[in-house]
Amino acid sequence: MQDYQTQKPTVLEILDTHQAMPGNLLPILHGIQDTLGYIPPAAVVDIAKSLNLSQAEVHGVISFYHYFRETPPGDHTIRICRAESCQAMNGKALEAHAKQQLGIDFHETTADGIFSLEPVYCLGNCACSPSITIDDEVIGRVTTEKFDRLLATYKGAK
Amino acid sequence: MTRVFISRDSTALSLGAEQVATALEQQAASKGLSAEIVRNGSRGLFWLEPLVEVETSQGRVAYGPVQVEDVASLLDAGLLDGKQNPLYLGNIEEIAYFKNQNRLTFARVGLTDPVNIEDYLAHDGYRGLKNALALQATEIVKQVTDSGLRGRGGAAFPTGIKWNTVLNAPADQKYIVCNADEGDSGTFSDRMIMEGDPFVLIEGMTIAGLAVGATQGYIYLRVEYPHAKIALNQAIEAAYKNGYLGENIQNSGKTFHLEVRSGAGAYICGEETSLLESLEGKRGLVRFKPPLPAIVGLFGKPTIVNNVISLASIPVILDKGGEYYKNYGMGRSRGTLPLQLAGNIKHPGLFEVAFGMTLRELLYDYGGGSASGRPIRAVQVGGPLGAYLHEGQFDTPLDYEAFAAISAVLGHGGIVVHDDTVNMADMARYAMEFCVEESCGKCTPCRIGSTRGVEVIDRIVDGAQKEKNTVLLRDLCDTMTYGSLCAMGGMTPFPVLSALNHFPEDFGLTAKA
Ligand SMILES: Cc1cc2nc3c(=O)[nH]c(=O)nc-3n(C[C@H](O)[C@H](O)[C@H](O)COP(=O)(O)O)c2cc1C
Ligand code: SF4
Ligand code: FES
Repeated sequence: MQDYQTQKPTVLEILDTHQAMPGNLLPILHGIQDTLGYIPPAAVVDIAKSLNLSQAEVHGVISFYHYFRETPPGDHTIRICRAESCQAMNGKALEAHAKQQLGIDFHETTADGIFSLEPVYCLGNCACSPSITIDDEVIGRVTTEKFDRLLATYKGAK
Repeated sequence: MTRVFISRDSTALSLGAEQVATALEQQAASKGLSAEIVRNGSRGLFWLEPLVEVETSQGRVAYGPVQVEDVASLLDAGLLDGKQNPLYLGNIEEIAYFKNQNRLTFARVGLTDPVNIEDYLAHDGYRGLKNALALQATEIVKQVTDSGLRGRGGAAFPTGIKWNTVLNAPADQKYIVCNADEGDSGTFSDRMIMEGDPFVLIEGMTIAGLAVGATQGYIYLRVEYPHAKIALNQAIEAAYKNGYLGENIQNSGKTFHLEVRSGAGAYICGEETSLLESLEGKRGLVRFKPPLPAIVGLFGKPTIVNNVISLASIPVILDKGGEYYKNYGMGRSRGTLPLQLAGNIKHPGLFEVAFGMTLRELLYDYGGGSASGRPIRAVQVGGPLGAYLHEGQFDTPLDYEAFAAISAVLGHGGIVVHDDTVNMADMARYAMEFCVEESCGKCTPCRIGSTRGVEVIDRIVDGAQKEKNTVLLRDLCDTMTYGSLCAMGGMTPFPVLSALNHFPEDFGLTAKA
């Protein structure tokens, strides 16, 4: 895990640019996660101080939202849709296959640090179920074969 | 220069539209052909995506579904002249699936360049705002009331009444908040508007601002929609540059500012008061009502919270008049509803039509039956909190009251189809599990009830004291229905009980007499 001292300037800069914004906590958390990949637990102290909130309040917000994470993700984050439309198109089999291929469960990262796996409840891509995203790329009609090809491609690209 | 349209819609991209656009651009150039590629929204006929449309002297000619491997042969076969080939579809607007829709809200989606303001203006854009600028606030609200528009986010509350409440609430600051959280599974109409015609949403919100005296708007966008965020921000920037947002809009002296805010993956933040908490930077805990957000909303100020489709329907209402919109529909469901066909269906897509078509027409005449070719067994309408319908209910017209009469909801218009391989006890269990996952935790019937629900369903399926546990499940559903603070806990019993009542055999129970 990275040393917070090297991340702190980034956090402080993000806090600074959002100073005057009403309702700025979520935009700040997004800013930090977009830049660092996660929200370092040590950043909570700086966020709380800057927004005049208690650390418990900031932590409460981070943990309320599924999207925010407090540990570094793998190089690529795979999100698999678990919702109804994808289930109607073999999404459950895809989910099981993905876990088996990666050797991890949801909310885990592969030992080589390449992939993190997260569940998601609908990607708005239900017309082409089952759907997944890898980082910001949405992929539809994902069969188990297609999933394996994608894994190979992303592994190769790293 | 021949104009070629290839969609930037997420679903088209999820099938390879980006790669097709790149290949077409490169290969046309290397063959010395001149083509200008326009990245449009999607027509919504998703089994034909990636769709390529070519502008010819005889109108637009479509081809699809096109893969990268097809590009070279298509170009050789005269694609840019609109010539015939195996992927030739002709004019997409002549295909029954498109032709028989009533595209009021989606009029421009798929037709225009979504982020080009000139294109928007050339296709009747900002005519509603122009009319609104010449009206008194009360007259704008009257048009909306006359249109009969009811909120498309799920609760179907009359939009005009909400606006009137905010108009009459005295305050130094009011807000317009667009609910773009679109959390319901099986729905994507909000996304398609935001990616395919973001200006229509911006125009609708601006008119809302004029109508109630609000000068600041926020679009609360779910984080799962990165492409929509890009399109919205591009369009907002263009609107500011061209005097359609900001101070002194079109020299009217009126002000309206607009900003996109990202959610963070919480279904409950689609509930309007939870959404407001989230916008304020807090955990998305549902607020007690009253006070209504229309009186005490964002940062304690009177606030309109409307769904994307509700707001995107405002421009056509102000352009053509409330009466025009009202002439579509049936009973108390006026206008059109953009339906979304998803799940196990041969022709999935967006289908905007006047209220009144039956579910069966939609599923079979347009949807073409299941994708697997097996019989359709269960259809969930209205998202994860909507009831499952069985074959015997497919003749119900798509109308708020007709659906309420069979203990079902239309919600945001999502339709998810399951074939006969579905296990409905699994689906009921999933509904409870989803509630466990997404409950905001504020009230006990929802927070604890859903966890108990999962356990009880497991016990029924395992065969432990089936009758007794079925009674227990019904009691639990009653408690959730009547004891929950919001529809998350309050409506989870819809999918659960409909599965239990219509498909008892999947729970190992004999059919109810
Ligand atoms: C659990 C829950 C989730 C909801 N999710 C959404 C949503 O994603 N989008 C939406 O527009 N409305 C959603 N709603 C409905 C909103 O609370 C609210 O009724 C709506 O934003 C009002 O806008 P409208 O009148 O234009 O529909 C949800 C409601 C509940 C109880
Ligand atoms: S019903 Fe569920 S989601 Fe709604 S307020 Fe209660 S605990 Fe929160
Ligand atoms: S249900 Fe999976 S993308 Fe919508």
